[in-house]
Amino acid sequence: MATRTKAKNNTLKLKFDSGWSYAPAPESRSIASIKERYELFINGAFVKPSSKKYFKTINPANEEVLSEVAEANAADVDKAVKAARTAYDKMWKKMPGKERAKYIYRIARMMQERAREFAVIESLDGGKPIRESRDFDVPTAANHFFYYAGWADKLEYAFPNRQAQPLGVAGQIIPWNFPLLMAAWKIAPALATGNTVVLKPAETTPLTALKLAEIIQEADLPPGVVNIITGAGATGAALVNHPGIDKIAFTGSTDVGKIIQRAIAGTHKKATLELGGKAANIIFEDAPLDQAVEGVINGIFFNQGHVCCAGSRLYVQESVYKTVLRKLKDRIETLIVGNPLDKNTDIGAINSKQQLETIYKYIKIGVQEGAEMHQSSCALPGKGFFCRPTLFTNVAQSSRIAQEEIFGPVLTIQTFRTEDEVIEKANNTPYGLSAGVWTDKGSKIFNMTTKMRAGVVWANTFNKFDPTSPFGGYKESGYGREGGLHGLGAYVNLV
Amino acid sequence: MIAETSTIKIPNFSLSPRVDQVGIEERAARFTKRSIKKESKLNGLLLALNMIDLTTLEGKDTDGKVKQLCYKAQHLHDAYPGLPTVAAVCVYPSMVKVAKQALGNSGIKVASVATAFPSGQSTRDVKIRDTKYAVANGADEVDMVISRGKFLMGEYNFVFDEIAAVKEACGSARLKVILETGELGSYDKVRRASDIAMYAGANFIKTSTGKISPAATLPVTLVMLEAIRDFYYETGKMIAMKPAGGISKSKLALHYLVMLKETLGDAWMNNEWFRFGASSLANDLLMQIVKEKTGVYQSKDYFSID
Repeated sequence: MATRTKAKNNTLKLKFDSGWSYAPAPESRSIASIKERYELFINGAFVKPSSKKYFKTINPANEEVLSEVAEANAADVDKAVKAARTAYDKMWKKMPGKERAKYIYRIARMMQERAREFAVIESLDGGKPIRESRDFDVPTAANHFFYYAGWADKLEYAFPNRQAQPLGVAGQIIPWNFPLLMAAWKIAPALATGNTVVLKPAETTPLTALKLAEIIQEADLPPGVVNIITGAGATGAALVNHPGIDKIAFTGSTDVGKIIQRAIAGTHKKATLELGGKAANIIFEDAPLDQAVEGVINGIFFNQGHVCCAGSRLYVQESVYKTVLRKLKDRIETLIVGNPLDKNTDIGAINSKQQLETIYKYIKIGVQEGAEMHQSSCALPGKGFFCRPTLFTNVAQSSRIAQEEIFGPVLTIQTFRTEDEVIEKANNTPYGLSAGVWTDKGSKIFNMTTKMRAGVVWANTFNKFDPTSPFGGYKESGYGREGGLHGLGAYVNLV
Repeated sequence: MIAETSTIKIPNFSLSPRVDQVGIEERAARFTKRSIKKESKLNGLLLALNMIDLTTLEGKDTDGKVKQLCYKAQHLHDAYPGLPTVAAVCVYPSMVKVAKQALGNSGIKVASVATAFPSGQSTRDVKIRDTKYAVANGADEVDMVISRGKFLMGEYNFVFDEIAAVKEACGSARLKVILETGELGSYDKVRRASDIAMYAGANFIKTSTGKISPAATLPVTLVMLEAIRDFYYETGKMIAMKPAGGISKSKLALHYLVMLKETLGDAWMNNEWFRFGASSLANDLLMQIVKEKTGVYQSKDYFSID
């Protein structure tokens, strides 16, 4: 082909910002009833904290205060753990599985009935787009309750020829990226196996867990079986260190995970830790490129990139690198960043000011490291915490932005030449939570999936979750599995 | 061969990009989640109306039927002045002269199917003469069908040459190449046929004749839009798109516009570069437009059927 045509092609650009545009289509917030103040949910009742302290939870999209929430101190934690212990000893561990199942099914159904309210509150409190909270978070959370309700009276089939005994009281600490869904991941298998629970949601996103507490109360779950206490790091530490806890289930940062491991060393407490990640998403030259690009977009921009298994490191085979990069640049231009409650929003608000600062810190580091930054040209709202979808090229394995978890809408892009090279590079990380492989060739998929040291490897898709499928990490991404049959195992002693 | 395409390197069509079925269907479904309200809805409805190829392709078509359709094309709903017209009227070659006369200088194009539509099972000579007849009678656009049998046999050169020959016979008329995606069997094949058609000189690529089910679907159209996008970046040439058959509701038409906008961008958002091949869509759009303007739905009996 003539060079003249080549030169012309370099200037070709699709335009997405003029002409027909979408009018605002906000979901009504009137369905969400949020109280001015929330107490601690202990022993089946909402009680005032003995700390007498409350903290505010805000809407990260406009920085308005939504509600204030009780802060549990060590005395409150003690009260909650004792309530859970009493409920465990007096009733829950003795209750036949099919009776436990009825309660869990009831919670699942009530979540479905109030799905829209949950979705709106999740988006208000956490900043995620309503499309995701409505179509992913809430239905998947309900599905987890349904799934584990089914196991409650079938544990003898889950563990043939063994007897599955509950562990006792589980202390569960969950993060702010999927507040309701993580609560479901933690509570459902614990209840199904006959454990009782003290759950602490993240301090920036406590509201849907407290709504769940209301449902649990309405569902007449015996008092003390599930206790939900709110607070920040100190509350979590009190829970982890409480001697009455038999098991810790934690999802969050690797740093905190290490603190928990140290704290429970030498105790009888069991633990599952689901920590950070820096997943590789790998595009081979024979991949269906448009779908691969879409998968990369979902992999890194889903939930503003606040996903521990986000595909934050993209590896593209050199022969298709230019094409993939062009497609990615076009695609991020069509992502709509803005009001989380707008049904057309693709990327909502960053969860907190602190997280936004972390993301900006890494973007700055990337630029300083000499990586080339490309952001979408979209306008950002004047108030609230927002970040443009961001791509970095000219990145090396040794760049910090390619090594450390950013937990935001920032993708690093590297190239590779051979299969062996990309396997080595993809595994060259302290993390190992997930990975993605894009190729048209089945044998390559199987080769890659056996060699990736990651808990989940997706082939020709990304960020797919199902209650029946176990989830968890290698290396600094934690240990133990949640979901599926494996998720039951984390809450039982087999004798 | 044709001068226009002679500077473009013809790729090996058996190496056309692959399409992942699950991925393309998920992406297409995602467009349907866009919420189109208020002025965007009204503007979208008016735009869709202006993109219609109002079609009658029946064995029982007569001069009278075609004349009535042509009147409708120019006077969609005179109770509401200021509405756009449709883009074109699409008829069999034997009706081109009637349609051309009836449409006069309204600016509405006459499109004619040709090349032994809808099966395409005839000789090249017949197909060329069919095309020339339509053009000689005044067709502004020609909707040809590809030889699906030859395509499925892997005779891509045959299909390519046939399209190129028909393009030559079209002269200045714009050529729409119908892939009849419902007969091709997979998204991979739709992509391959799209590439062949574009490199052979198509001005439009079109999904279906309307005689085979399934006709146009969102994922099939998306495969073709992505092919158009790649071709544009490769050659600098814009190719137009026409989904046809099975699009009869306004809501679905808006989904197509969303998909078009987010795949190819604003340059394609007009009837030079995008058409709906449909007959009953127009009245549904009119009903929705009147509803947007007056706030109430009217009965179907208030909209003329031609």
